[in-house]
Amino acid sequence: MNGSIPSEFLPVLLILIGTVFSFLSAVGLIRLPDVYTRAHAASKSATLGVLFALVGTFLYFLWEEGYFSIRLFLGIFFVFLTAPVAAHVILRSAYRANVELAEQSVQDDLKEVLKKE
Amino acid sequence: MRKPNDVIIRGVTKVVVVIIFTFAINLFISGHHYPGGGFIGGLAFSSGIILLFLTFDMESVRKNIPVDFKVLAAIGVLIAVLTGVGGMLLDAPFLSQSFGYFELPIFGKTELATAVLFDVGVALAVIGTSLMIIMSIGDDR
Repeated sequence: MNGSIPSEFLPVLLILIGTVFSFLSAVGLIRLPDVYTRAHAASKSATLGVLFALVGTFLYFLWEEGYFSIRLFLGIFFVFLTAPVAAHVILRSAYRANVELAEQSVQDDLKEVLKKE
Repeated sequence: MRKPNDVIIRGVTKVVVVIIFTFAINLFISGHHYPGGGFIGGLAFSSGIILLFLTFDMESVRKNIPVDFKVLAAIGVLIAVLTGVGGMLLDAPFLSQSFGYFELPIFGKTELATAVLFDVGVALAVIGTSLMIIMSIGDDR
């Protein structure tokens, strides 16, 4: 570790951005009205927050220690692939279990499609 | 009952299972010098198979992986015991391990240890036991 400033700056910035995104995701989870908008906040911004933090950690270990962490690399790919699908499956089961939409929502296209089948 | 359209989770599972198996093998191989080993590698591997059970039905997965997991667990325990007995044959105490450096064609200078064989036994026993528990709970018959 030689403590050079530019190679440390970008990882620190990325991890900070990731933390802010995770915090915003938690705020959205509290403030939004129903399960669909909450999953919208939780899946997107939490995924992006975790991604920024992992990329920051990956770049830190690559530049400071010279260590190419294949596990972090796979983890970035894995989270990017699976977190939206997890939100999709949760929301799908919520809709099938007849969870109500928020009061101010105006249109429900999926109800027509499911009724037609 | 109408068959639900689950093309997204099926498509993603086919990609993700490869990553999970790769990670399980990585955990298994790196157990000698880094965190990992037979136990957690076996658990990661069986979690990949459980993801296949969740996405596709149990019958088709069992048809494609024609392994009786009770036999797999027994083979794992047998391998683990035999590595201990193998030390006794060379006039050393039970379960004594050794290692050496070899020149392999592709990998170059590689450290090979007999503890890996013991770990293979542990991993097979863990995979067999966990999948046997899951399948005997999950099956109706």
